Amino acid sequence: MNLFDYTRPASVEAAIAAWVPGAAWLGGGTNLVDLMKTGAMQPGKLIDVTRLPGLDRIETLPDGSTRIGAMVRNADLAHDAGFARAFPMVAEALLSGASGQLRNAATVGGNLMQRTRCAYFADPHSACNRRTPGAGCDARGGDTGGMAVLGWSPACIATNPSDFCVALAALEATVEVQGTGGKREIAFADFHRLPGDTPEIETALQPGELILALRLPAEAAQFAANSRYLKLRERTSYAFALVSAAAALRLDGGRIVAARLALGAVAAKPWRVASAEALLVGQAPEPALFARAAAEAVAGAAPSGENAHKIELARRIAVRALTAAAQGTPDRMPALPASVFGEPAHV
Amino acid sequence: MSDTLPYATRFGSNSGQSTSRRDGVAKVTGAATFAADNHPQGLLYAVYVPATIARGRVTHLDVAAAKAHPGVVEVMTPQNRPALAGDPDSKPFMFAFRFEALQDDTVRYANQPIALVLGETIEAATEGARLLNPQYQVMPPRVGLDAEAPYKVVVGNFGRPGETVHGDVAAGHAAAVQSVDVTYETPAQYHNAMETHAVVASWDGDQLTLDMPHQAIVMSRGVFGYYFGIPAENVLLRSPYLGGGFGSKSIANGPQVLAILAARMTGRPVKLMLRRDQMFGPVGHRGATRQRLRIGIDEAGHMTVLEHEALAATSTFDDFVENAANASQGLYAAGALRSAHEGVRIDIGTPGPMRAPGEASGSAALECAMDEMAERAGLDPLEFRLRNYAETEPGTGKPYSSKALRACYAQGAERFGWAGRPLKPRQMRDEQGMLVGWGMGTALFPAPMFAAQARATLRPDGSGLVETAAADMGQGAWTALAQIAADGLGLPLDKVEFRSGSSDLPDGGIAGGSGHTATAGTALHAAGVDAVRQLTAMAVSDPASPLFGAGNASIVARDGRLFVAEDASRSDSYADILARAGGQALVGTGSGGRAPEAAGRHAMYSHGAVFAEVKVDPDLFQIRVTRLVGAFAAGRIINPKLANSQLYGGMIWGISFALHEEARFDPRTGRIMNADFAGYHIPVNADVKGLEVITVHEDDPFVNALGIKGVGEIGITGTVGAIGNAIWHATGTRIRRFPIRIEDLLAHA
Amino acid sequence: MSLSISLTVNGAVRDVTLNDARVTLLDLLRERLALPGTKKGCDRGQCGACTVLIDGRRINACLTLAATLDGAEVTTIEGLACGDMLHPVQAAFIDHDGFQCGYCTPGQIMSAVGLIAEGRAGTDPERIREGMSGNLCRCSAYHGITEAVLDATTRIAAEKARKSA
Repeated sequence: MNLFDYTRPASVEAAIAAWVPGAAWLGGGTNLVDLMKTGAMQPGKLIDVTRLPGLDRIETLPDGSTRIGAMVRNADLAHDAGFARAFPMVAEALLSGASGQLRNAATVGGNLMQRTRCAYFADPHSACNRRTPGAGCDARGGDTGGMAVLGWSPACIATNPSDFCVALAALEATVEVQGTGGKREIAFADFHRLPGDTPEIETALQPGELILALRLPAEAAQFAANSRYLKLRERTSYAFALVSAAAALRLDGGRIVAARLALGAVAAKPWRVASAEALLVGQAPEPALFARAAAEAVAGAAPSGENAHKIELARRIAVRALTAAAQGTPDRMPALPASVFGEPAHV
Repeated sequence: MSDTLPYATRFGSNSGQSTSRRDGVAKVTGAATFAADNHPQGLLYAVYVPATIARGRVTHLDVAAAKAHPGVVEVMTPQNRPALAGDPDSKPFMFAFRFEALQDDTVRYANQPIALVLGETIEAATEGARLLNPQYQVMPPRVGLDAEAPYKVVVGNFGRPGETVHGDVAAGHAAAVQSVDVTYETPAQYHNAMETHAVVASWDGDQLTLDMPHQAIVMSRGVFGYYFGIPAENVLLRSPYLGGGFGSKSIANGPQVLAILAARMTGRPVKLMLRRDQMFGPVGHRGATRQRLRIGIDEAGHMTVLEHEALAATSTFDDFVENAANASQGLYAAGALRSAHEGVRIDIGTPGPMRAPGEASGSAALECAMDEMAERAGLDPLEFRLRNYAETEPGTGKPYSSKALRACYAQGAERFGWAGRPLKPRQMRDEQGMLVGWGMGTALFPAPMFAAQARATLRPDGSGLVETAAADMGQGAWTALAQIAADGLGLPLDKVEFRSGSSDLPDGGIAGGSGHTATAGTALHAAGVDAVRQLTAMAVSDPASPLFGAGNASIVARDGRLFVAEDASRSDSYADILARAGGQALVGTGSGGRAPEAAGRHAMYSHGAVFAEVKVDPDLFQIRVTRLVGAFAAGRIINPKLANSQLYGGMIWGISFALHEEARFDPRTGRIMNADFAGYHIPVNADVKGLEVITVHEDDPFVNALGIKGVGEIGITGTVGAIGNAIWHATGTRIRRFPIRIEDLLAHA
Repeated sequence: MSLSISLTVNGAVRDVTLNDARVTLLDLLRERLALPGTKKGCDRGQCGACTVLIDGRRINACLTLAATLDGAEVTTIEGLACGDMLHPVQAAFIDHDGFQCGYCTPGQIMSAVGLIAEGRAGTDPERIREGMSGNLCRCSAYHGITEAVLDATTRIAAEKARKSA
């Protein structure tokens, strides 16, 4: 780990003033400190934002939306009774990620900023356009089993590893940020970027901008009764997704009146396909419909290496998540959140 | 000794009890001191720099940049490395492997040490190592089992033959009415003990003190003495606790030798602890294999032939080859048996013994091939194994010293509920619609002994002190060996102090091969018996003793007293006997080892049967082992609680082998791209449910005086095959490579 | 740069001057505060061997920079027992043989203490398994670990009930 300066400002304004090029915000540190250990990230300055006042609250705003401070810890959000009741799919996504220890430390703002788990990115001895623009991509032609099948480019085939963000994308969250130019809001769909020719630009944040909060609109809570996050992984827990899906339905009189569907671990951002959702609306929840929507969700997918299986698995988990959502959100969080072994009967 | 003091009258008062670990309090309070927990005055931290190519030369290291970093004290490279007395490329003794200790700038595999950085803090040394930023001349690496032409293994690991043939193999094939010819692959696996390899080395002149986890504590003195040109007795190695070993902590490796060298170079104590990613290279692994199995059966389902050929990866500079095919010797009563090995030299660190070396990989393939044969014959897999039950060792015809395998099959099947299993696959679902499958496999592991010495002292107060340099890497030596020793001394366990884990004690032998309890236990027991024999001689010749004139043969020792066997009213306490003799402590000695003629007369193995239930999602193919029942016959069980933990652990290693573990190499660089715990998966707690262990009673009068076999490794064998077979039974898909992955099942959907 | 922090470790206030902001809580405990009971297994948040409690919550000490902990209350394995009186989780780990080599054990135990305090797993073995899945055990003592956490949960609940009665 390189030498760096450490500062813990007392206010958001002081934090933003403390930013200099090469600085990094320090939240829970669960991803940043790890990448500093491998040498993949070498910030010259860490600005500890964990104790900034006002960023650790979960509150309901007058317009009915829910605002989550960026420094709320993942575990605290997932276990907040009111939040989990309104947004069970988000809670399930959070609880399917990492471990109890990591969820206690990791912040929701940090979760949005977590970097890809591509081994070539974390290893400074491999070429990586995301880490070093123009260096090339050693992942292509290498160990590609877990790489992207949607939205990748010749410059980068990495995926976004977040579970939380998949659920947030489906529910159309908004990101509140502040920089030297003041405050602004970013729609979740615009927050993460596909790699294109500039994989090093991962988010819509400008240099020096700090995430203050996330907001979930009031209508997102209307999916509470029929929403699930499901995650396929190589072991039963404490593993990144091979593929995952967030599915949320609003049912009325045996018809789907609103639908959300997002896929995880398939692209550099949570993969949400409006045309797949549109297929669902107005229809009765049936297996054939879910199969059509899932196929639409992975339309255009292409292997970026030895990972064609991810396309079919993504399609299948979308079907499963839609099926599970239609069956209804469980009254209680499954013992194994988001696991195929933790869900109610599906046949 | 046993003819003067029949141990049977005393043995078992402590042994056989499920005593909790004697080191338990130390381990649950953080007081147990592992090697890297030591912190001598003046300590320097060492971090080794791993090669990031697999083949070529190091052309540049930025030593200046590293040295300029605050807190960096020294950088050791091939240019300034002090000489070693012993050549790391030599093989002067049985457990010597060739290793890299900066002898030159050659890179022979990824992650080999190419420099060592010393710093005043761990942070400084770590950053110094990064700043060296090595440059290379790269050669194309050879990766995978097909990268080079294979060579025939003539002499295998530790002197075992590369090929073993019993009977007429061609005739066996000709006589077969049905057969299978299948090929299975197993990947490179890395031990990954939770405690990475660590050392704290201190020199005082020519005296070397090492805090280092080691599976062969006294033997290691000569090893390090050799490399550093000092007499073995100048080396003190302390290894009271190993944070796991699994075979990887029995052999000297480059990073540890370099840290010791650095301590001598700087005149300061040096601590080195490998990073997790550095565990994938210089400290051994289980080499990848490709195994072809050919089985033939006659009309009655009896095996006419079992032919097992294994190709295994090894390094370009040493010879260890996973002797997987040997797993087919000794188990099934085939008319003809052939096991043969080939090796392929590629650019990897040398493989080494890893928990059930050979047997684990070999059993995985064998038990799956047996299942395939049973399927083809239309037989229940258990019935097929019973039809081929070997009453004597196949090939050699030697009687087994003991073999309660039939009881293992019966008790395991009963507990599991095997009866009524549908023969065909894809017949069972659970209430959630998951595919359910049942599979089984036979477990087998040899019951070897090595050599050990021990000392037992009866102290004037009647308490005992027993000493041997045993290694406790989690199997429970601190407890089980003390139980045996207490029986040898005729004392309750709480009256016995056990000193162990340090090289200044009698040689406890090597903790490996599942033979440590048998070997060191025999030595400890014999030492105790020797002390009691001397004590008895004192008592029966002492007119003041109630035992005077009783004669040795009629005396028994129990609870710190000697009794006349036929007259319990005549007894004398150890303390009183010693007090009357002048109050001196009394010392007995003993040794453990198997007489060659005993080994020649009998075939000696532990046996078992493992039954697995798996559930597989019918669409998404995520796999979960939901029940695993293992029944094992492994001679006398000294401590059922600890033995069960060993067997559970072995079975979970079986889950790991079947479903998770695999080092993934980038074929272009020869580097392992999942060299951490996020990428190299081992089971987590949620992967483990429904485990049951049964230990089947077994008296074995031949393996050793105590009747002990071993339980450390057998749990993996049988389990891998059982899970693979259960997955077939659940899905109808036969996957012939491990680990079995979601995408493998999907590909056959 | 030099940083002064004051934190409570196992009930004792420790004033620490760090000459290096890179020091993790794990290395602070092990190399600078003579508390090596907390173990390093991966140093990257992938194994749980370094689990300690910060302000009563379980976290990975390897990913926590010491500089961030000014004013924090840290509990390590060394601070769990009351003299010779083991914490119920410690006692249960011995009773159920929830460890073999003992290296991951401090982390397992601190994780279990944290899990039980979180109060969501209860006595459901499946929830305990999931809740303990952030702690790898290569010896694979998982069977005993789950039994130990179940038992300790019951013991602690009974003790609470007795105290409140």
